[in-house]
Amino acid sequence: MARMKFLCDAERCIECNGCVTACKNENEVPWGVNRRRVVTINDGVPGERSISVACMHCSDAPCMAVCPVDCFYRTDEGVVLHDKDLCIGCGYCFYACPFGAPQFPQAGAFGLRGKMDKCTFCAGGPEKDQSKEEFAKYGSNRLAQGKLPACAEMCSTKALLAGDSDVISDIYRQRVTKRGKGSEVWGWGTAYGKPDNPQAQPPAGKS
Amino acid sequence: MKLRRVAIAAAAVFGAVLLPGCGEKDQVIVYKQGKYQGKPDDKPWAGTQWSSNKGQWETALRTRNLNQNEYTRTE
Repeated sequence: MARMKFLCDAERCIECNGCVTACKNENEVPWGVNRRRVVTINDGVPGERSISVACMHCSDAPCMAVCPVDCFYRTDEGVVLHDKDLCIGCGYCFYACPFGAPQFPQAGAFGLRGKMDKCTFCAGGPEKDQSKEEFAKYGSNRLAQGKLPACAEMCSTKALLAGDSDVISDIYRQRVTKRGKGSEVWGWGTAYGKPDNPQAQPPAGKS
Repeated sequence: MKLRRVAIAAAAVFGAVLLPGCGEKDQVIVYKQGKYQGKPDDKPWAGTQWSSNKGQWETALRTRNLNQNEYTRTE
């Protein structure tokens, strides 16, 4: 099996935030922490594009490189996880991450920063699989149940793909070659279907 | 004589209570630069659901993976 990856198809994402909600619900993520969010470019302008962003589980993760206590590890499936018992909440990983994936729960009047929390690819963390402790610290472990991350499985337009990078690349490649490009991708024809015979004329004598 | 036995018994109990204190583990982590210092994680297929059968787990995941392609489901 190759590496686990996320792939968001900007042509399909409709900014419904279903992935964000699915993630929040599945992992019972606290207020103020967003493991996943939808970013829209040129919002309100025709041709705007949205993309769902979370930890990209980088092959050469900068968070791993900068962590002073080395609490990050990468599983055999290429999922970047961390040990919350070791994390000191310094925030270096947040500065290093190009996607803003690491999140820090804040509490109290002075905004006390807690331990880092991020997308786990629904793979839990370094506690006994599917235990209460694992759920409390890291959230759901769907991967150990043979399931994919909740965000991707919940995506209504299948804009967000998750899983084996080879497989999802193939799916995306097939889509791109089938749907064409530019104005072919979005517009009337895509939304309502193209006519079977575009050259057809209405029968003579009828209006 | 009796007092001596009581003293020996008390010393034994006292010693038994004190000894666990000597077994305390180091609470300070010795960092090795660039190496993961945390707890080891289980493999996803190691649980009771898959009985350590990696192939079965991979097949299940692959099925889910391919299900994301609606072209194969609709055409």
